[in-house]
Amino acid sequence: MKKLTSLALIITVLSIAAYAGGLLLEQAQGTSGQDVFHLYNWGDYIDSDLIDQFEEETGYRVVYETFDSNEAMYTKIQQGGTGYDLAIPSEYMIERMIEENLVVELDHTQIHGLENIDPAFLDLNFDPGNRYSIPYFWGTLGIAYNEELLSDFEFSSWQDLYQLELENSILMIDGARELIGIGLQTLGYSLNSRDEAELAAAADVLSDLAPNIKALVADEIKMYMIQEEASIAVTFSGEAADMMWENESIVYVLPEEGSNLWFDNMVIPHTVQNEEAAYAFINFMLDPNIAAQNADYVGYSTPNEAAMAFLPDETVEDKQFYPSPEMMENLEVYQDLGLEFTGLYNDLFLEFKMFR
Amino acid sequence: MTKERKWLAVPYHLWIVLFVIVPVMLLLFQSFRGLDGSFTLVNIQTYFTSRVYLTMTLQSFFYAFLITVLTLLISYPAAYFLAQTRHKQFWLLVLILPTWMNILLKTYAFIGILSQTGFVNQGLNFIGIGAQQLLFTPLSFLIVATYIEVPFMLLPVFNAIDEIDGSMIKASRDLGAGEWQTFASVIFPLSLSGVRSGIQAVFIPSLSLFMLTRLIAGNRVITLGTAIEQNFLVTQNWGMGSTMGIVLVLIMFGVMFLTRRRRKGVTVR
Repeated sequence: MKKLTSLALIITVLSIAAYAGGLLLEQAQGTSGQDVFHLYNWGDYIDSDLIDQFEEETGYRVVYETFDSNEAMYTKIQQGGTGYDLAIPSEYMIERMIEENLVVELDHTQIHGLENIDPAFLDLNFDPGNRYSIPYFWGTLGIAYNEELLSDFEFSSWQDLYQLELENSILMIDGARELIGIGLQTLGYSLNSRDEAELAAAADVLSDLAPNIKALVADEIKMYMIQEEASIAVTFSGEAADMMWENESIVYVLPEEGSNLWFDNMVIPHTVQNEEAAYAFINFMLDPNIAAQNADYVGYSTPNEAAMAFLPDETVEDKQFYPSPEMMENLEVYQDLGLEFTGLYNDLFLEFKMFR
Repeated sequence: MTKERKWLAVPYHLWIVLFVIVPVMLLLFQSFRGLDGSFTLVNIQTYFTSRVYLTMTLQSFFYAFLITVLTLLISYPAAYFLAQTRHKQFWLLVLILPTWMNILLKTYAFIGILSQTGFVNQGLNFIGIGAQQLLFTPLSFLIVATYIEVPFMLLPVFNAIDEIDGSMIKASRDLGAGEWQTFASVIFPLSLSGVRSGIQAVFIPSLSLFMLTRLIAGNRVITLGTAIEQNFLVTQNWGMGSTMGIVLVLIMFGVMFLTRRRRKGVTVR
């Protein structure tokens, strides 16, 4: 008993010491207080050197937190109790956050460098006049495949994924809208279909794709493709860019039927505590040099027209990453489907996963 | 009970109310809410008429059962022999050590071991069988889940066997029982309490393992955890997610009931 008491005592003392030490460290680094900037972003979605540079230039301390889906981000911001100063959600989620007053209207007099952005990425349907959001990156969903392992195949459309020879070889992104969207686009329907018959048909055609799918995974796709665990993946353009960087046999194509075009924009959520820092960060990211360095690191396409001059020619001229205007016409942007249809898409998705 | 003793129980009661009763009540309350926030029975109806949810429940149940059986098959003999070794605390520590590591880290290690170019496939190549698809199969899911759950079975079983009074075994031998008979009618019945807690500690979490289902099984195995995550994080249908949570709670009660200590039979001590 005596031993036990002293053990408990030692553990308590150590815990208190660790906690106090943590507080001291935090104060020394200043993770609380006025000069802290809380950035809520996707994982691995900024060049970390730029965070250092931003801290150096502005004197703010950046606390970087990450999310892995728009929905997870939404839930955390909506529930409150968080102090994020800036978040980078995708367009359909921004639309919803504007509707629900979860984002703060931007003061455009404090924003400098918006003229660097390609007008094609401004004033879009989800945020007319960019009253709430500033473009950060954009990209597409497409097919990444290993040319060496699949030398007998050509990929130019979603239809090509259905070939019987590809049994058990596709890594599919684990997302309801992405998967159901492929079914819809194979049949020539809209990605934002709210027609139950069309959705049922999409689910039906996807059951033909099911035997070819090796696994439904998320961020791990990158690692598996680089290690050649699989030969094809349906993934986002920037992820594909990373794969191509590591493994030269990998190629990315935009399907002919069209695909999803998405935008990730910077917004100031209603949880903001340091608005000044948020504007400083927006302006920092609008700088062409900074945007180019970030795009080079992250691999997604930059909406910053002025930054393209600082990017290597082979990047900017790659039609799979900076598609021609004709190709852009085939691309579709996700709209917020509303709770009922979001539910339906996900039910179909769950059913697909369950019975494949 | 004296007054002081009663006072000592206050933190315990507070804990139970705040962290057990209130959350379960909230869950129950949520499960009666529709998408629009009104009171409804529609979630329960959806659950019991949906082919997807029912199959998923059965599948979760089946995999949890397999994982529990496998961990028991591995842990019981291990615990039995462990209790007889000389440095049993040391060996126990070695077997428990993996639980000190983060579960995600262990899972990622298995990705390395089971992948096409991984350790296992290199071995298979070497002995001439050739590389097999190991990742993204139900088998690999079972292997990794069993590996992760074994310590939680081993510990209670070991404690139960270790606590058996040595004189009981001696008495059994003295009275002419053989090795097997001693095991079957003395050691095993006396270790049952450990087996029960082990089953409880392994079966329930196995029902809703959802991270492994994606990372190791590539969503080829779908458990209730997958659907609960989707309902809470993606479709914002908290009502449906809670309904499934309630189903899990009910299954848990079922398991507790089946593995409860019975009054009759072997409660010798």
